[in-house]
Amino acid sequence: MSLKKIHDNQPDKFEFTKANLELADKILKKYPSNQKKSAIMPLLYLVQNQNENWIPLAAMKYIGKFLSMPYINVYEIATFYSMYNLAPVGKYFVQVCTTSPCALRGANKLVDICKEKISNNQNELSQNKLCSWTEVECLGACINAPMMQVNEDYYEDLDETNTKKILNSFLEDKPLKPGSYRNRNNSAPEKNQILTNGHKNA
Amino acid sequence: MPKIFINNNEIEFKEGMTVLQACELAGVEIPRFCYHERLSIAGNCRMCLVEMEKSAKPIASCAMPAAEGMKIKTNTKMVEKARKGVMEFLLVNHPLDCPVCDQGGECDLQDQSLYYGFDGSRFKENKRVVKDKYMGPLIKTQMTRCIHCTRCIRFATEVAGVSELGAIGRGEDMEITTYLEKSMTSELSGNVIDLCPVGALTSKPYAFEARPWELKKTESIDVMDAVGSNIRIDSYGWEVKRILPRLNNSINEEWISDKTRYACDGLLKQRLDKVYIRKENQLVEANWDDAINLISSKIKSTSSDKIAAHVGGLSSVETINSFKKFLEEINVKNYEFREKDFYVNSDQKMNYIFNSSIQGIEKADFLLLVGANPRHEATILNARIRKNYLKNKLPIFSIGDPGDLTYPYKIVGNKTEDIQKILDGKSEINNLLKKSKNPLVIIGESALELKSGKYIFEGFKEFLYKNRFINEEWNSFNILIQNAATVGALDLNFFNKPNGSGNFFDKLNNHNFDLLYLVGSDELNFQKNNEFIIYQGSHGDRMAQIADVILPSPAYTEQNGFFINLEGRLQKAFKATNPIGNAKEDWKIFNLIVDKIKNKNLFINYKTLIEDSLSKIKENKNIDTLPELQTKKINLTSGNFYSEEVSIRPIDYYFSNPVARASKTMSDCRLEKIRNLENRKTG
Repeated sequence: MSLKKIHDNQPDKFEFTKANLELADKILKKYPSNQKKSAIMPLLYLVQNQNENWIPLAAMKYIGKFLSMPYINVYEIATFYSMYNLAPVGKYFVQVCTTSPCALRGANKLVDICKEKISNNQNELSQNKLCSWTEVECLGACINAPMMQVNEDYYEDLDETNTKKILNSFLEDKPLKPGSYRNRNNSAPEKNQILTNGHKNA
Repeated sequence: MPKIFINNNEIEFKEGMTVLQACELAGVEIPRFCYHERLSIAGNCRMCLVEMEKSAKPIASCAMPAAEGMKIKTNTKMVEKARKGVMEFLLVNHPLDCPVCDQGGECDLQDQSLYYGFDGSRFKENKRVVKDKYMGPLIKTQMTRCIHCTRCIRFATEVAGVSELGAIGRGEDMEITTYLEKSMTSELSGNVIDLCPVGALTSKPYAFEARPWELKKTESIDVMDAVGSNIRIDSYGWEVKRILPRLNNSINEEWISDKTRYACDGLLKQRLDKVYIRKENQLVEANWDDAINLISSKIKSTSSDKIAAHVGGLSSVETINSFKKFLEEINVKNYEFREKDFYVNSDQKMNYIFNSSIQGIEKADFLLLVGANPRHEATILNARIRKNYLKNKLPIFSIGDPGDLTYPYKIVGNKTEDIQKILDGKSEINNLLKKSKNPLVIIGESALELKSGKYIFEGFKEFLYKNRFINEEWNSFNILIQNAATVGALDLNFFNKPNGSGNFFDKLNNHNFDLLYLVGSDELNFQKNNEFIIYQGSHGDRMAQIADVILPSPAYTEQNGFFINLEGRLQKAFKATNPIGNAKEDWKIFNLIVDKIKNKNLFINYKTLIEDSLSKIKENKNIDTLPELQTKKINLTSGNFYSEEVSIRPIDYYFSNPVARASKTMSDCRLEKIRNLENRKTG
């Protein structure tokens, strides 16, 4: 992962919507009033939800004022965490896990397909501006490797064919269902096999 | 006291010390990059690893609190191997550009790699490259060299009080930057250059000027403000290349303000190096004899009450003393050192100094600013106030609005009535003041410039004395003086005392004087009419332009001189370079004129001048000591109350004296500041 770059085209203004403002106040209440800045991470996430999955500079300033903390500290946090996007991402934001278990199960092929289908580089919008993709570290679904996260959903147990199918569905704006693509129930054994292998206490 | 074993030697240490500090007590030097005595502990460079008994891994000594009975080893194979490992990682991404790096010769990384570095690299991959960041006209960046010690970030947030520096990204991609690469808005920003252990932050004006080992180092005193920061002047030939701070815990610790550090390029520009005489409205080069002849004949032909004299804010005690002696010789009584008319009372030394002392600020538990902006008037002193605020949450109040001071404060009011309320014991802050043990009241020149100046001054003095805040241990009555020469001038009574204040300035502006003798004085608000003006000084500034005779004299780095700082501390500034051109030292010029008029010498040599000057200083005559606290025989008077607004006169910080105005760096800073202010207004 390289340092996240600030996007060139920045909106001039950012403000929370009324609903989000209420949510933000609720979040603020979780922290003592002299430790307001503890709320920085949930608030940045709230910004990202409101602003098409990315955080503009105006929003960082807005949050800085909202929590009365220096702009640079907001900026530091926004650049530190990989889940904050500082440039526009697609409506379907594909995050391919490439950590060891997924890599062993063929995550690199998924990456190649993303390059072919969406865009040559990470964090670059597809031609129809609907999709963008990025490599991420472990998403905690190693048992369903290889997998990718699209917005809030996990697409698991992938191979080349169904990855292509899934990506095509996003590009056509008709997303397929998330979940296991080998018909597993979450992370349960395939075909309801029982994994005891003769062990009594397994 | 608890004991610790360092390399089998038993050492006593103070509770709360770290292992690194205990090692220093034992005389063992620990290499470090991120650790700094005056900043918070980060523990991220890992260079200070030592071995601790019962610990399988080496420990970072800067972050480990020392404890009773700890057994520390610093000279084992394991420690050396660990440090070598850390050094190898630091050098993985550090460019090999020492030959073109300005830090070369005074670089911590260079020095320490001599002991812990490998001669070859095992790293075959490409080195990391980081884009350089803009940090303003003072700081040159070369961010590829950065080793991420975060000293600069900690300095900016803690000492300077401007949270503008930060580390973005993480891991290998971490980069130090200001928010969106704006310049730092601190008057202390230059100190990050000294703090940077590598060549990532270096001085922009000094870039590629010289190598540290070629420079002549002179330990001296700063005159840009009245704090009297201790500095080291690095010069090459006749040029002052740079100015660095010198450690003095009782004054500037190890910081200096940007003006102190960077105004030195003003010493090379706009200099008066020849004698000039105005002929047919044009300044023409002349020689000393002609000028002295002209001046002495003018002085002889002008009646002495039509002659006035003014001395500038950068003048040393010797200059003021010889000037005064010269004026007495020719019977002139109109002399003045103030730039604006403010109330002074020079009966006792405690009336015009910062009695609590700069170090004493750390003990304070209550602070009231009266018409003072310490951030611009005495930057280093402001850093002390902030230090106390960070440590003890010092309650700070202000009368008048000084703007951003880098710490929060509460404005009690901005009317003289609010002062009256405090003095009558009716203000909201009186309770807190009464409960405090070591309060501070700082009265600025802006408050003394008011019509009620005398009321404010004498009123607070009486109030504090009667409430026993001026006692054997603590004097809470402080005057914040702005110019380096002020305390010296007051010690020597270089102002119209019997006639009281006001007189000189009224006469000056009514053009009652026929002859004006100015020594380094450029700050007077004055329009020339028919006066004959003699300007003696180092820079061709405001007054030199309207002068009829210009006599070149050395700047503060070019002659020895005593300065008394705002605490009343006598300090000696040393000559670093020779005066340029035909410049003559001030006292020698006065000698020449007196010789011409009266055919006698004011001072036979420099030694007699020093002796005479020191004998006239009030109270403490020892170098680098504070005057004793005065408690007996405090004279009290009172002044008239006027209803006025206490407004704090803004200072053009980067342009406050002729040296700074001649400096290109200072004018860059000033422009940058104006630009920043405009940006802030628009968004």
